Amino acid sequence: MITIINYNAGNIKSIQNMLKRIGAKSCISSHVEEIEQAEKLILPGVGHFDYGMNNLKQSGLIEVLNKKVVEQKTPILGICLGAQLLGNRSEEGAEKGLGWIDMDIVKFDKAKMGDNLKIPHMSWNEVSIKKNSKLMLGLDDESRFYFVHSYHMRCNDENNILANTFYGYEFTSAVEKENIFGVQFHPEKSHKFGMKLLENFVNI
Amino acid sequence: MRRVRIIPVLTLQNEKLVKTIRFKNPTYIGDPINAVKIFNEKEVDEIVILDITATKEKREPNYNKIEEIASEAFMPFAYGGGITSLHQIEKLFKLGIEKVVLNSVLETGMELVGEAAKIFGSQSVVASIDVKKNIFGKNNAYKISGSTKINISINEYISQLEQAGVGEFFINSIDNDGTYSGYDLGLIQQISSRVSTPIVACGGAGSINSFLPAIQHGASAVAAGSMFVYTGSTRGILINYPKQEDLVNKIYKQL
Repeated sequence: MITIINYNAGNIKSIQNMLKRIGAKSCISSHVEEIEQAEKLILPGVGHFDYGMNNLKQSGLIEVLNKKVVEQKTPILGICLGAQLLGNRSEEGAEKGLGWIDMDIVKFDKAKMGDNLKIPHMSWNEVSIKKNSKLMLGLDDESRFYFVHSYHMRCNDENNILANTFYGYEFTSAVEKENIFGVQFHPEKSHKFGMKLLENFVNI
Repeated sequence: MRRVRIIPVLTLQNEKLVKTIRFKNPTYIGDPINAVKIFNEKEVDEIVILDITATKEKREPNYNKIEEIASEAFMPFAYGGGITSLHQIEKLFKLGIEKVVLNSVLETGMELVGEAAKIFGSQSVVASIDVKKNIFGKNNAYKISGSTKINISINEYISQLEQAGVGEFFINSIDNDGTYSGYDLGLIQQISSRVSTPIVACGGAGSINSFLPAIQHGASAVAAGSMFVYTGSTRGILINYPKQEDLVNKIYKQL
């Protein structure tokens, strides 16, 4: 059973729709007891970094999440803002992130991008996979995913980079550290490519 | 390689899929769920679904149908039609859509843009503007399925909307709708030169060859109705979408 964390900041229904399509059982929860029993977790998220972090705090779930993810090594997949929250901090806001992966979230650097690229990066784009990972089984550099974001992840430890993507310059679009995964793009809205990635997560 | 979104637009009359020409003569095409399933298989970039009679008939969005469509849409899904309040927008996002498309509510209720953007992010709030030329060739903005002219100039209108915080403009040429005559490039240029917010161009696409000029005139994404639901200008019904390799060679590699 996959538990999708509901903290009122996300595209929860689409994730559940796609999990259903690939035949994976899932539930949506904001309850400590249910999350305590989860086999796997998905942290969705759309919107402002501080809004997401504050909602997560208010939901009272941070303690149980730390226990599950850091101590018990329960696999977790952060999606979009959910991936960014795995980091230390974001230029978007003042709140501290979960700090599970040593990375900072930074705004797209307009100066490095050229005039015809808009922010947010709202587009399908390819990923360049940087290490062997169960999450990327059967996916390659031709796989494309749907992105919508104005800020991106910047790893302080290169070993945590799972994939990069080019938009004006190369940025980190997926991270992995032990049981913790984060993807900037939306697998739940990326056809067979996203379906494969979520299937891989289910099978980890 | 830079990719640009190529977006099928499906127009609904409540639960029926229809296609218009210059916003008139809606012709029955079929069932929207079936069309979305086919668009899934064809791996389309995004889908826009507009209920074109909701506002006219003073209906709310058809939530049951939208939920059913969303459960089959494994691509970004934008919905428009009959949206007038934040409460409705919240309800729509919970059903699994990614973006709301606002149109008729905007002239008098522009504050809805900021309210929705604050909660859901500006990337999920699309301002749709239907545009028709007057006899002197000047572009005017319209609402309520093209039936009612908006009282301020289109340039002023888009500036106000950009300030209100929309994440995207969906610019639909009423004159070119369903005509296969190509996009209104002058209109795209007029708007893209005034705003930095991304523009989705719609109205007039006849084939894959229509897309590149629209992008070169400032569109960040291109949308089309007829060419994705009909086979050629004989208008036999066939849900279709260009092959990825054609998009790569004819468009993305040319950018």
